[in-house]
Amino acid sequence: MIASLYRRAGRLPGSRPARAGQRHEGLVGWSFALPFMVFFTVFMAGPIVAALVTSFTDLRVTDIRDPLNVNLVGVDNYLDVLRSNVFHKAATNTVIFVLVGIPLTMALGLLAAVGLNSGIVKFRTVFRVGYYTPVVTSIAAVAVVWRMLLGAEVGLINGILSGFGITGPRWLTDPSLALGSLIVMAAWRNLGFLMIIFLAGLQAIPRHLYEAAEVDGAGRWHQFWKVTLPMLRPTMLFAAVITGIGYLQFFEEPFVMTQGGPLNSTLSVAYHAYNQFSFGNYGYTAAVAYLLFVAIALLTLFWFKLFRPNT
Amino acid sequence: MNFPTMIPGQVAPPSPRRRARGRGWLLHLGLVIGLILIVTPFVWMILGSFKTTAELRQVPPTWLPEEPTLDNYREMFDRLDFARFFFNSALVATAVTIGNLVFCSMLGYALAKLRFPGKRPLFLVVLMTMMVPGLVTFMPLFVLVANLGLVNTYPGLALPFMAQAFGVFLMRQYILGIPDELIHAARIDGAGEHYIFWRIVLPLTGPALATLAILMFLGSWNNFLWPLVVATSEDMYTLPVAIALFSTGEHDQNLGLLMAGSAAALLPVLVVFVVLQRFFTQGIATTGIK
Repeated sequence: MIASLYRRAGRLPGSRPARAGQRHEGLVGWSFALPFMVFFTVFMAGPIVAALVTSFTDLRVTDIRDPLNVNLVGVDNYLDVLRSNVFHKAATNTVIFVLVGIPLTMALGLLAAVGLNSGIVKFRTVFRVGYYTPVVTSIAAVAVVWRMLLGAEVGLINGILSGFGITGPRWLTDPSLALGSLIVMAAWRNLGFLMIIFLAGLQAIPRHLYEAAEVDGAGRWHQFWKVTLPMLRPTMLFAAVITGIGYLQFFEEPFVMTQGGPLNSTLSVAYHAYNQFSFGNYGYTAAVAYLLFVAIALLTLFWFKLFRPNT
Repeated sequence: MNFPTMIPGQVAPPSPRRRARGRGWLLHLGLVIGLILIVTPFVWMILGSFKTTAELRQVPPTWLPEEPTLDNYREMFDRLDFARFFFNSALVATAVTIGNLVFCSMLGYALAKLRFPGKRPLFLVVLMTMMVPGLVTFMPLFVLVANLGLVNTYPGLALPFMAQAFGVFLMRQYILGIPDELIHAARIDGAGEHYIFWRIVLPLTGPALATLAILMFLGSWNNFLWPLVVATSEDMYTLPVAIALFSTGEHDQNLGLLMAGSAAALLPVLVVFVVLQRFFTQGIATTGIK
């Protein structure tokens, strides 16, 4: 109210020539924006455009000193990608990872949040900090431990299993198990982040909705489905978008744990692009990157449709 | 709303309360099991860093070190230049953090409180880049850094991350909550625009700056792929790069050394996190919900 009075006062004739004042304010605004925008243009917006252009050229590592002197090849890179068997394998793995990993991680995060949100929990901070810990740790360091946890001969898990007389499977070297192991590891790493998001969302649900449901005789379970979940829609949307962006770029876990193996069973799209980058096929790499970008945009769109507010 | 269960201090009917206590017991059990599953890898790693490699290879595995030893840590500093990796990580993370604090808060302030032409499209473009996979910019960035002659240098490691869209979003959201009256009053008192920002607005954004600083420092500290490609000689390795390369290279059989290295990389992060955990959760919650 007062703010709007001030703003109007600024435009009153006599206080300052209006147009000069606006130009002055415009300059001030840009002077604050400039430092960020310089870095942003050089290191973010520029490369985004450059990658798009590159995806239509035959740029290779040998052209690195003269990246403008390349040939346009139209959509050849994209056709090469879509015809590549390795890409098909990588795309299938990524889809499995996303289809299983996102629901699993979101369900675990929600479970933890709902548990911690009920008023009777003691030592809440201990749980919250403990569950969140994997989120803040470096994948390289975590990988060392997980390789030893999942090791076939000397791993902790198989060690415990052998105590019960069970011979544990080869978690990371069996092609039918490796991707599953990495999904569990990714869920372990990310559920704490979603838990925090869901906790904030749960705390924003007005208490009186539960009270009203209770009056209507709804049990706990019923309240969860009829009050909690519908009210969490915006939070779910945010969580799904963030997780989707991250999981479609699935790369670090296979890179440090399995190098994409065995038999490409943990090779992801991002990993495939990285491999092509290290082979020096920059045009191909850019095409894969942009296909992934499109996939991320489509998945995000899908989440917006799925979690559209109920009206 | 005058039902007995909702009046504070009123004695509730006995049966639901007993049910609630039973549920509470189960709930705690579930939460504790979850906590154990999540924390076990860290506990096992820290315990393992005090074991000999022979003991780490033992079947069945041991929990507590049978003969606790500090040899792994000693070896870490003797045979590998661990202090150097630590210094590299800290230096790059500090530069990235300072860059983001300055640039993001300036732009965040402009977006929240100033009027200037092109403001809305600028905000939208910056926001939209948050959806672009890192993979898209990765290769052009490498070509750029190579042509600037910055491969295997500190600027090459830090510059690309010094202005991140997420930080702008965080700072803008926070500064929106600062009353306009304050800024207008200062302007009427004749304060310059930069004085207003640095002396009046910025000191009020403490919690947001703290959150941003922690997230950026950690992000850089844990950043893996970029330093792996840009740091080409051992003296420029950051901690994650060193650990990843040693754990898959010549030292991959020396499990004790690897455990110690990983524990040493994680411990500072864990300590910082536990001490400042409120800022993490607040920051994530505010950006997530607003």
